[in-house]
Amino acid sequence: MGIEDIIKKENKVYSTPVLLDEVDMHYCPGCSHGVVHKLVAEVIHEMGLSDTTIGVSPVGCAVFAYNYIDVDWVEAAHGRAPAVATAIKRLWPEKTVFTYQGDGDMAAIGTAESIHAANRGENIVMIFVNNAIYGMTGGQMAPTTLLGQKTATTPYGRRVDLNGHPLEITNLMAILDGTCYVTRQAVHSPAAARKTKAALKKAFENALAGRGTSVVEVVSTCNSGWKMSPDKANEWMVENMFPKYPLGDLKG
Amino acid sequence: MKEEIIIAGFGGQGVLSMGKILAYSGLMDDKEVTWMPSYGPEQRGGTANVTVILSDEKISSPVLDSYDIVVALNQQSLDKFSPKVKKGGILIYDTNGIHNPPTREDIKIYPIDAMDATMEIGNPKAYNMVVMGALLEAMPYKLPMENVVKGLKKSLPERHHQLIPLNEKAIEKGKKILKEA
Amino acid sequence: MKGNEAVAHAAIRYGCDGYFGYPITPQSEVLETLEALMPWETTGMVVLQAESEVAAINMVYGGAASGKAVMTSSSSPGISLKQEGISYIAGAMLPALILNVMRGGPGLGTIQPSQADYFQATKGGGHGDYHLIVLAPSSVQEMVDFVGLGFDLSFKYRTPAMILADGIVGQMMEKVVLPEQRPRRTDEEVKKQCPWAANGRTDGRKRNVVTSLELESARMEVINHKLQSIYREIKKNETRWEEKNIENSDYLIVAFGSVARICEKARELAAEKGINTGILRPITLWPFPTEAVNKAAEGKKGILVVELNAGQMIEDVRLAVHDNLPVEHFGRLGGIIPSPSEIVDALEQKLVKTK
Repeated sequence: MGIEDIIKKENKVYSTPVLLDEVDMHYCPGCSHGVVHKLVAEVIHEMGLSDTTIGVSPVGCAVFAYNYIDVDWVEAAHGRAPAVATAIKRLWPEKTVFTYQGDGDMAAIGTAESIHAANRGENIVMIFVNNAIYGMTGGQMAPTTLLGQKTATTPYGRRVDLNGHPLEITNLMAILDGTCYVTRQAVHSPAAARKTKAALKKAFENALAGRGTSVVEVVSTCNSGWKMSPDKANEWMVENMFPKYPLGDLKG
Repeated sequence: MKEEIIIAGFGGQGVLSMGKILAYSGLMDDKEVTWMPSYGPEQRGGTANVTVILSDEKISSPVLDSYDIVVALNQQSLDKFSPKVKKGGILIYDTNGIHNPPTREDIKIYPIDAMDATMEIGNPKAYNMVVMGALLEAMPYKLPMENVVKGLKKSLPERHHQLIPLNEKAIEKGKKILKEA
Repeated sequence: MKGNEAVAHAAIRYGCDGYFGYPITPQSEVLETLEALMPWETTGMVVLQAESEVAAINMVYGGAASGKAVMTSSSSPGISLKQEGISYIAGAMLPALILNVMRGGPGLGTIQPSQADYFQATKGGGHGDYHLIVLAPSSVQEMVDFVGLGFDLSFKYRTPAMILADGIVGQMMEKVVLPEQRPRRTDEEVKKQCPWAANGRTDGRKRNVVTSLELESARMEVINHKLQSIYREIKKNETRWEEKNIENSDYLIVAFGSVARICEKARELAAEKGINTGILRPITLWPFPTEAVNKAAEGKKGILVVELNAGQMIEDVRLAVHDNLPVEHFGRLGGIIPSPSEIVDALEQKLVKTK
């Protein structure tokens, strides 16, 4: 049997998600964003929301998310995605609106917008990619950077006395009355990715049902920023990130 | 017809709301009106004043430096605004707490005891309407009472509309004390 | 009614889709009035008290990006906070309406009236090469009228518009005629009017992306040229001003907003002294009525620019008349409102030289 005989539609076990454009992504090889994008694209398509979803992209590595996932997008200023999403959802209540934010967006410059959108219980999905570093600007400290972790602005490692503690913003979101579902997932293994997809589906269902704000944190790697190979970055994440940011549902 | 009026006193004396009722009454009488408060921290216990202009013509400046009528409800306001009454204009002031009465001879001066009159009515909240009655009586432009009542209705929230008869009574009382002043 | 209250009524009647704001004196009555009127029960308009001015302007950005007619209001310190969002709105070519009821600054300043944000409003305000359409109301009626005009121009040119009011028109009460209630546009009408908006790829159209980002310099330059060509169109078509007694006067007063009305009284007082003045009131501060000022200055002995600031619009007046005649400034600062006679004094001291 030659290869032409094998490449047939009925033998296909995997294909690019319908909503994911066939273009080269700007993400570094090994970056978690690509997997998260794929899962988001799959969930929106499978739920039949392709024509009724508006994404709000952040400032950070995912700023160009609008170049990859085939739904309408609004590109927000740094940290303001939840405010932008709030208005769109309130003005188009029957549409599905999600934000895609990094750790700077969610936990530093946009803390107020994130907390208040969640506290108002806006019927939106907030996807939070936490890789404990600022990838876009060249690897500086994020609010979620671990103690001892070296970055461009903590070249000798993050110190409590100088830089304060890593911020567990998702735990903060979980205590707010406005959130209905808060979970922390990862995409370093097929099993973890499947769980993340299920979590995203649940979050989008909550938004459709008007149950309040859903927050899906994805603990992620930034192998370029961490200066590691992709598989080494995955190992480092499991060993160092997961103890501080344990996976699982925090609420709902 | 054009009446350029300033009402000045302490915050809490109802200066701004009296101005508002006067402005609305003028509006109900089909006049052009402006109501310009001196707003800010003064609202809370300091001095407060409001400029009200009633006119047949379109009004230019809402801010003035001389007035046809000055209503002064404390010494500070009297000192500040009595020199700003136009020649031949009108000055009404409440005599309570006034130790330095005005002395100008080129204007008409009406000292009134509005506090005493309010006590006779029995509701201290009616104070500013007693003063308003005095103002209406002294003002050359005669605002029909029916339009004043309409102005009251327009400027008071509905839940306070049961107070309108009391306000009318206070206005009548104010008119009366001005005649006697 | 008060100028601030009138804006709330006008917004509802225009068919505005959403208001997002944060309280600050002297303009909080806008949000208060909207909350009291509950337009979500009648027209379906969204009203939201945001967690900050920053959030409010970004809500406006989001709402505008989805094609809706949205607005915010604030006062000077709050408008400074909004500048980032305003720049994004301009950069993404979105329509939106922003009301600034100016108070005295700098910093926390005072809560009394001022016109000290003229530079900020007319020269950009935030980062990048952009302009807002800036309307300066001088009466409560114009506060109402400019809500409709601001939205209309803003949608026509996909450029944010600002109503630059001062605390006087915000807090003053006067007679006002409200426009008829217009229905809000249906979602279908929004999609038709704003085919560029991000509100879902209905009918299988290609995705819309609203952004002000373009890392490729050559393409960013093209976007900038596009903006500049829109600004040239606005300049050509939308410059507005009002003139009084220009032809019969020896001196010209240029003033905007409520100050122009104080100047009218000053003009009357000056005339009693035999000083004949005309008044030119720019209604659009950007685009500035440059040619009109130049023309009005012809044959005049001098110009007095009266502002509630230390001298901002005077720069545009000087540019308009090319130093062909004396141009003097009179302003009060920090929230003080000049009286008509003060303005006459300034005229006499600075130009007529009788004092």
